[in-house]
Amino acid sequence: MKRIPVREQAPEVRAHNFDEVCFGYNEEEALLEASRCLNCREPRCMQKCPVSVKIPRFIEQIRNKDFAAAAETISQDSSLPAICGRVCPQETQCEGNCVLGVKGEPVAIGKLERFVADWSRDNKIKVAHAAPLNGKKVAIVGSGPSGLACASDLARMGYDVTIFEVLHKAGGVLQYGIPEFRLPKEKVVEPEIENVKALGVKIETNVVVGRTVTIDDLLEKEGFSAVFVGSGAGLPRFMNIPGENFNGVFSANEFLTRNNLMRAFSPESDTPVYIGKKVAVVGGGNVAMDAARTALRLGSEVTVVYRRTEKELPARAEEVHHALEEGIVFNMLTNPVEILGDEKGWVRGLRCVRMQLGEPDASGRRSPVEVPGSQFDIEADVVIMALGTSPNPLIASTTAGLQTERHGCIVASEDGATSRRGVFAGGDAVTGAATVILAMGAGRRAAAAIHKYLSE
Amino acid sequence: MYNIVKKTFLTPTICLMEVEDPRIASAAQPGQFLIVRARPQGERIPLTICDYNREKGTVTIVIQIIGASSRMICALEEGESFTDFVGPLGQPSDFVKEDDGQIEGRRYLFVAGGLGTAPVYPQAKYLFERGAKVDVIVGAKTADMVILEKEMSAVCDNLYICTDDGSKGTRGLVTEKIKALLAEGKKYDQAVAIGPMIMMKFTTLTLKETGIPLVVSLNTLMVDGTGMCGGCRVTVGGRNRFACVEGPEFNAYEVDFDEAMRRQTMYKPQEIEADHKCRIGRDK
Ligand SMILES: Cc1cc2nc3c(=O)[nH]c(=O)nc-3n(C[C@H](O)[C@H](O)[C@H](O)COP(=O)(O)OP(=O)(O)OC[C@H]3O[C@@H](n4cnc5c(N)ncnc54)[C@H](O)[C@@H]3O)c2cc1C
Ligand code: FES
Repeated sequence: MKRIPVREQAPEVRAHNFDEVCFGYNEEEALLEASRCLNCREPRCMQKCPVSVKIPRFIEQIRNKDFAAAAETISQDSSLPAICGRVCPQETQCEGNCVLGVKGEPVAIGKLERFVADWSRDNKIKVAHAAPLNGKKVAIVGSGPSGLACASDLARMGYDVTIFEVLHKAGGVLQYGIPEFRLPKEKVVEPEIENVKALGVKIETNVVVGRTVTIDDLLEKEGFSAVFVGSGAGLPRFMNIPGENFNGVFSANEFLTRNNLMRAFSPESDTPVYIGKKVAVVGGGNVAMDAARTALRLGSEVTVVYRRTEKELPARAEEVHHALEEGIVFNMLTNPVEILGDEKGWVRGLRCVRMQLGEPDASGRRSPVEVPGSQFDIEADVVIMALGTSPNPLIASTTAGLQTERHGCIVASEDGATSRRGVFAGGDAVTGAATVILAMGAGRRAAAAIHKYLSE
Repeated sequence: MYNIVKKTFLTPTICLMEVEDPRIASAAQPGQFLIVRARPQGERIPLTICDYNREKGTVTIVIQIIGASSRMICALEEGESFTDFVGPLGQPSDFVKEDDGQIEGRRYLFVAGGLGTAPVYPQAKYLFERGAKVDVIVGAKTADMVILEKEMSAVCDNLYICTDDGSKGTRGLVTEKIKALLAEGKKYDQAVAIGPMIMMKFTTLTLKETGIPLVVSLNTLMVDGTGMCGGCRVTVGGRNRFACVEGPEFNAYEVDFDEAMRRQTMYKPQEIEADHKCRIGRDK
């Protein structure tokens, strides 16, 4: 049997709205897809899941129509399944390792996870179980996936957990970065955060750790016994090419924050967003795809400029596929060298050169090299830079004895211990920009390590 | 939380509010700012901290009605609350890191333009209390646009007011006053200018030749105020800097003011439209 296709909004319709692209499986489809799983004795899918969700088990429970049990199974390892089912790079993790994928198409594990999570939310199944309080307080910096995962595990062990978040809404990148059409906020993100709160976790928004309070204040004055830093990697990079400060050049973070956190796409919102006629997005990751598809929905014509080939695009396969369907133009093997402006300092184009992939380097990766004399211009009145982000230096610079390395990443061991006793860290703040599931995994390992540290 | 305990209009378009937020009140330093939202669908608006009372747990902000969002903030009444209130953001002024002994006797010149009087106030106060010599020039369009006159005169040695129309103090621009003071033989070790970008630019040009170090506080566009969006970036010393985390204060002689002024106009058409709608809504 073939993989059950998932229903989606038609590309020409969704290009004009911010509603979720993918409808997900209904019960009948989920049952059919679940029946494709071979229930391998040594499940290869699980080996590739960073939080080791018991995949064959929950799929078997779907097959038995016991969706509540499936939800319980997933919740033992993941506190944000409706989110992960939507945004994990399944093709390089669970599904990428599925035996069925060797000859045909892998089981749609992500879509099944999403089905279970959506079903359990719609049927108000309670999977969270809080434990009696053990009298110890733990502070968490940042309410992204790493902080939420760490908080859930600690609350389940009986800790009194408070998350401090600088923005006015919890969720980290889930809230400010990933767009509504891929990860609906009210329907998906907020209920999952409510589940975490249902465990007794408190979330204090509008607190800048490092400024409003420092980590030392939390440990010494506010009675917290340990701190987990999950502050992410929010600092956007620019290329340092001429013209980058012309009006009309934005970091993807700015463009996405205006639209997601501030909901500038809605007429109700007071926050403005600048809508270009022709938008050029530089980069090839999820962030670039999200910025491009957001601009498209606001009514712009969009070109993505990427210096390698389609094969190397780091974005999730599904996002690239959706972007192409929606009519986004890709300019591969292209690298910007200058942003062109008019006499008033507003963007009018992007000067680029063509690239070719050179000889493989020591790591086997073929890095792009410029084709001599290949310069050309792309017309654009908005340029969005999606070149990656690094951790914000604020926490490290205000916490004595907290070591960081080259790109500002906090130095931490596998279980999250930092150079400061009692201070743990994980997620993008440690690894640099990565994925939701890796951040969750790091938060969970740190929770275990904090428990061990506080039980000593 | 974020309760407005006091509200007064300093002029018909400038409003002072004292807001409860014990954490910010205990952490705030001169030079820093905060970000507020007046309602759930509101914009994040950066405002400089005008004063803080650590005992009462309150901070004072001063807002000028210049568009839809500031109009909405000023419509909040005593007893009401902000939807969001976050800070203190940005770096404190450099002198906060110095020992009080170093500050004593140092001669400061502050140049405040319009609403810039509000952020100058906590700095002048901090320095004056620690024995610095503080002169303040306040520039405003007309006499009734001069704010915090009484408060300011209590925290400086000399307060010079200039207005465009001569309705109060000297008639003329702050730059003329600066020149006049220097011509009188006044000596300063450090100058600070805060106000509209154009006024900071011309103050910088005026002081450039004198060799007096000058600091300016840049009121760029901002979204998050935490270093996440880069919307606040400015060129300082030929390098890209984020005003919200590396600033807002910078060495004036290194700032590219023309670029900063241009970047401030990014959303002008949308702002004008929003303010228009907002007024229509109000008049109904
Ligand atoms: C546009 C975009 C699309 C993405 N798409 C995907 C995808 O499809 N799939 C995927 O797996 N990954 C994706 N990612 C990456 C993924 O979102 C991140 O790897 C993940 O969110 C990291 O989680 P985190 O908890 O480490 O940090 P974050 O999610 O960044 O959360 C950190 C939180 O800490 C807060 N914070 C920072 N400093 C402080 C402070 N000093 N005090 C208080 N709070 C603070 C921040 O405001 C933020 O809310 C995407 C990222 C972006 C930007
Ligand atoms: S306001 Fe967003 S980085 Fe400064």
